[in-house]
Amino acid sequence: MANLKEVKERINSVSSTQQITKAMKMVAAAKLRKAQDKIVQMRPYAQKLAAILNNISSGTEGDTDIVYAKERPVKKVLFIPVTSDKGLCGAFNSNILKGTAYLIENRYQDQLVTVMPIGKKAFDFFKKRDNPVINDFYQLFLDVSFENVKNAAEFVMKAYEEERFDKVIIVYNEFKNVATQLVQTEQFLPIERIQGEATDGTAQSEYIVEPSREYLIDELVPNSLKIQFFKAILDSNASEHGARMTAMDKATENANDLLKDLKLVYNRTRQAAITNEILEIVAGANALEGSN
Amino acid sequence: MQLEIITPDKKIFEGEVSEASFPGAEGSFQVLKNHAPIISGLAKGKVSFTDAKGKHVMIVDGGVVEVKDNHIIVLAEKVIL
Repeated sequence: MANLKEVKERINSVSSTQQITKAMKMVAAAKLRKAQDKIVQMRPYAQKLAAILNNISSGTEGDTDIVYAKERPVKKVLFIPVTSDKGLCGAFNSNILKGTAYLIENRYQDQLVTVMPIGKKAFDFFKKRDNPVINDFYQLFLDVSFENVKNAAEFVMKAYEEERFDKVIIVYNEFKNVATQLVQTEQFLPIERIQGEATDGTAQSEYIVEPSREYLIDELVPNSLKIQFFKAILDSNASEHGARMTAMDKATENANDLLKDLKLVYNRTRQAAITNEILEIVAGANALEGSN
Repeated sequence: MQLEIITPDKKIFEGEVSEASFPGAEGSFQVLKNHAPIISGLAKGKVSFTDAKGKHVMIVDGGVVEVKDNHIIVLAEKVIL
């Protein structure tokens, strides 16, 4: 039979854990809203940029020889796994880490792989492994502004330009909705397609383009790359809070179940103790009566 | 004319303006009503526009501007008010 005091203590500890998970869920919900707002704020820029890029690139014949679109034989690969800084968000981080490690070991085992982790969890994971690690940007989530994220994107683009890498792959959680995150493996560089398909080609020619189409494409393609990078970071950020919210909701529920069981045990134990006591008293009274 | 100034972090300005001038990549220019459709790269410099409240000036760090059908869209990575 369980000890009454022990059960009481367990009930206390479970309910205080539950309070924490509840609070964490609420915090995650608030942060999720903020993160979603950021995605919404970024969207007009991304859409307009894609539209303008579309307008000018559909007017040009053939491909432009922009450096980011040029494919080279792949010898050096850069992986950018995007995780969170903190844990307690279910399989959010391990999905990314496992996915990245799998790709490195199975698909790119012959290439020289460098890892540029973003998020503390990814950094902790990859610093223990054999691949060289670029650790300049793993604390990006301390401040998720475009200004900040841009630096990381520019660093990667410059490294690609200087042929320090022939391929750059981002692995991140795409934000589908609060409960679902999709692990996305996205080739960042070289660009697989210039954004936006060619439209009917009538509206474009009306524009006066200054200084020239080529100049603008050279200017805007890096912009849209940075936006792509920014989007991955924002998506991951929102996904993290979504994942944490779901995980904490589950934890709160589990704590509830546990509490229910424990309360049952507690009541039963208490009842047993009372019954026992009564039995003893009655037995004692009987013994006294008998001796009289 | 409708003017929108957008950065990746947020929309900086949206509203009706009577005039706007931009630091084009090949020299600054002004946009008035019924300007021909244009897409121009921006250099680092001052963007200014006049709305009902008066003249506003902000500084952009490069970007692009599109003018079409009296609708101006400025995309800048960074805007200093």
